[in-house]
Amino acid sequence: MKNLIDFFKSFLLLELLKGMSVTGKYFFARHVTVEYPEEKTPQSFRFRGLHAQRRYPNGEERCIGCKLCEAVCPALAIKIEVAERADGTRRTTQYDIDLVKCIFCGFCEESCPVDAIVETRIYEYHGENRGDLYYTKAMLLANGDKHEAQIAADRAADAKYR
Amino acid sequence: MMEAQALQLVESLLSFLGLWELLRGFIEPAWHVVWTVLKIFAIILPIMGGVAYYTLAERKVLGFMQVRPGPNRVGYWGLLQPVADGLKLLCKEIIIPTNSNKFLFLAAPVLALTPALAAWAVIPFDDGMILADVNAGLLYLLAMTSLGVYGIIIAGWASNSKYAFLGALRSAAQIVSYELAMGFALVCVLLAAQSMNMGDIVRGQQSEYGLFGWYWIPLFPMLVVYFIAGVAETNRAPFDMAEGESEIVAGFHVEYSGMGFALFFLAEYANMILIAALSSVMFLGGWLNPFQGWPVLGELTAWVPGLVWMLGKMSIFLFLFLWLRATFPRYRYDQLMRLGWKVFIPLTLVWVVVVATWMQTPWWLW
Repeated sequence: MKNLIDFFKSFLLLELLKGMSVTGKYFFARHVTVEYPEEKTPQSFRFRGLHAQRRYPNGEERCIGCKLCEAVCPALAIKIEVAERADGTRRTTQYDIDLVKCIFCGFCEESCPVDAIVETRIYEYHGENRGDLYYTKAMLLANGDKHEAQIAADRAADAKYR
Repeated sequence: MMEAQALQLVESLLSFLGLWELLRGFIEPAWHVVWTVLKIFAIILPIMGGVAYYTLAERKVLGFMQVRPGPNRVGYWGLLQPVADGLKLLCKEIIIPTNSNKFLFLAAPVLALTPALAAWAVIPFDDGMILADVNAGLLYLLAMTSLGVYGIIIAGWASNSKYAFLGALRSAAQIVSYELAMGFALVCVLLAAQSMNMGDIVRGQQSEYGLFGWYWIPLFPMLVVYFIAGVAETNRAPFDMAEGESEIVAGFHVEYSGMGFALFFLAEYANMILIAALSSVMFLGGWLNPFQGWPVLGELTAWVPGLVWMLGKMSIFLFLFLWLRATFPRYRYDQLMRLGWKVFIPLTLVWVVVVATWMQTPWWLW
């Protein structure tokens, strides 16, 4: 008896019709796509995008060349050289991040004792030549100078969770 | 009739220019050929345009069913997308594999496309609107749709690539198997219409009951079988093992690029539109008004030309093609063969007998 019922069920294509009713319903559903260049998804203040180096309000760069970020970087994307500056402080002479290697894990930012290296919300950038995505200290500092307001606001928003 | 009128029009136009006496000797003997070629163009060009926009419709429908917008970047609502795709394919380099059989490799796309277009010769778009009103129309159709498989086999063999070869074998076996079920389904139509002339098949469905007089009611199982077999014949999802992206890349046309690929694409879509046209002619009364003979609706819709009904019925089937593709996962190959040989062929054979018997009884109303 059960076999007979199954036989007729398969011949009447009931299950196929059920499946088609599902897709048929979704045909009239509103699409959920975010149409990227016109629409953008909301960002968290913890968004990890392009890197930047920050300065103190008096213009002094924050980085003290402790190399914690270089040590923690799982992708070995950071290269740091350190030397003593004329005023006797410890400063980096070279601070490069190879964005091609970087996996944007945010460990450098987490490990930094002085909040010098940060990841900003910027994600719409590109390189047109080989080496364009190899960011040097000057480029990172320039990034920081340009977006300091946003960076500071994001750190402030995150402060109570740290 | 139209032919003579058109000739008169050309005559008056050329006399106006003073060229008629000069060109008469060339035009009059060749006029029949010229007129036929014009009619062929009047069929082929809309089909090509239809294919182009059917690809857009496919992507849009699939998109909507997957809750996304589909192509919407080229032109308003993506309406220029087919043009962009066509241009891209035209500009692409045609790569011929070193170890391929060059002649067959280039001949295969043509062999695939030609029968797909040639079959349109016997499709009636409206009463009398048919390129070749031949009495063996249905036989011609079966012959033409069967020829399409040669393009696929030759493409797979000439490419000298294992994926193409596997795809061609799968496709050939599939098409041959489903042709049988398709043929038997059409035998039922022949029985009911008692004619192989496509126009007569439609006229046989004319009645006072509108859409209830069409063959889809007595032959409903055959409509289902015919359409599913048609989906399998055109290698469309869920029967697209011949392409099988996940296992054999693209099947028989992996090695084709540029216009060679475009021709296969055109052939596939022209075949889909053909299956839709055939299903509407055989089972849904072709150009007939579905409300014919009905009290109010019948009179209200009497002015609508038959071509509109025909196209409307075709678009139902075309939409169904896309709906099936959006819904069902691909069949396994043995399941496909089982469905063809052990379900469809026995079912169609039984229905041939049922219809033949039914027609001998007074309860046959069609």
